[in-house]
Amino acid sequence: MASFQNYIFPESLEDAYELLQANRRNAVIGGNGWLALGRQKLHTAIDLSRLGLGQIRVGPAYVEIGAMATLRQLERELPGSLLACCVKPIAGVQFRNLATVGGSLYSRFGFSDPVTALMAMDTTVLLHRQGDVPIVDFVWQKPSRDIVLGCRVENNGRRAAYQTLRLSATDLPVLTVAVSRLGSDWRVVVGARPGKAMLAEEASRLLSEGKADAGTAASAAAEELSFGSNMRGSGGYRRQIAQVLIARAIEQLHGEGGLAIC
Amino acid sequence: MLITTVLNGKSLRQEVPADKTLLDFLRENGCLSVKRGCGTENCGLCTVWVDGTPVLSCSYPLPRIDGHEVTTLEGVREEAAAFGAYMAGEGAEQCGYCSPGFIMTVLAMERELRNPAEEEINAYLAGCLCRCTGYSSQMRAIRKYLEKRHETD
Ligand SMILES: Cc1cc2nc3c(=O)[nH]c(=O)nc-3n(C[C@H](O)[C@H](O)[C@H](O)COP(=O)(O)OP(=O)(O)OC[C@H]3O[C@@H](n4cnc5c(N)ncnc54)[C@H](O)[C@@H]3O)c2cc1C
Ligand code: FES
Ligand code: FES
Repeated sequence: MASFQNYIFPESLEDAYELLQANRRNAVIGGNGWLALGRQKLHTAIDLSRLGLGQIRVGPAYVEIGAMATLRQLERELPGSLLACCVKPIAGVQFRNLATVGGSLYSRFGFSDPVTALMAMDTTVLLHRQGDVPIVDFVWQKPSRDIVLGCRVENNGRRAAYQTLRLSATDLPVLTVAVSRLGSDWRVVVGARPGKAMLAEEASRLLSEGKADAGTAASAAAEELSFGSNMRGSGGYRRQIAQVLIARAIEQLHGEGGLAIC
Repeated sequence: MLITTVLNGKSLRQEVPADKTLLDFLRENGCLSVKRGCGTENCGLCTVWVDGTPVLSCSYPLPRIDGHEVTTLEGVREEAAAFGAYMAGEGAEQCGYCSPGFIMTVLAMERELRNPAEEEINAYLAGCLCRCTGYSSQMRAIRKYLEKRHETD
């Protein structure tokens, strides 16, 4: 468990932000899912749970998800959606009732199911100081001491298929794949490579131009992306699996298949 | 810091260290049903309810329960005993160490899901590990318990 001396519920975002800048050992506490496993010696934990960031709002143009919304809230409030589908395999219900969307975004884990899925959609991460940042830029930029307010996903009819391989239920994924389509515009995203999720640009282009079937596009993606090894699998194994999962996701999106954002 | 909570129906006001786990707080306050099976958020043995929602007490930040209600197995004794009888009947309790967290999760599931299919039950309980039973007996106990509850509703 990370240790800290103080625990504060700031009354405004500005107070929270100032507190975060005041000391390098102050940290925002989301669901405490990841922090609880560390041995960090922190000074002050900054709790955002009283700032109204726990809501999911579905509007005609956007779905807005507050940073303190839990993974389980995605399942309950957006049933049948892409996000509900991608968080289901994460640990157990009791864990998903804790872990937050904000903590998942901020952590930018390579193995992240929600980051993979959100990257396949038209997603903007909302930050207190930096403002609105497209998710790909956010995930790949150097983490700054900012506060994630949540994310906004365009409710534009884009549909996606989600695929993941786990060695056993509730374990971290060996690979995550999200493929999305809006009309003829395709996007292929692969995460848990085990590095951070990446857009397979060549494969996405081939699909969008109608120049590749599922198998060809999947091979192109496996070819252009890099894969590494860790205790869950080798890079070579991941490359093989990627082709299978990507092809499956593409097949699911032909016709009316796939999942929407809400 | 000073926190005010309702633990199993009783108001409690206590000075606590900022980084204590909810799990330790509960055990120190007499709720010995709450077990630390792993301490790494994998086993579900530490499951309790905060405002009726099942959470892992090994990682739930203790100061956040200020103003909220916590329920452990000690707070739902009758229901737990009723379901426990089905578990015993099916041989689903071997060493029993995992039972409190498991029962709290099953009772939460019963409140949350209407007539769950086996697949939904498995998904809901995937975060509850048991080293002894192999889960089949637990599934039988749940099925019989839910059927009985359904009949008497
Ligand atoms: C046992 C276990 C298994 C897991 N399995 C999976 C899995 O299979 N797939 C998957 O995708 N994920 C998995 N995760 C990750 C999990 O889903 C969450 O992403 C993770 O717990 C972080 O979210 P949190 O709310 O718990 O954040 P915390 O632990 O509270 O915080 C994590 C980091 O983010 C910072 N932070 C939190 N909120 C904000 C904010 N709003 N603004 C700025 N900074 C913030 C904190 O300061 C800290 O540095 C797993 C985690 C654990 C512990
Ligand atoms: S002790 Fe909390 S999940 Fe194992
Ligand atoms: S009965 Fe022994 S761990 Fe479940």
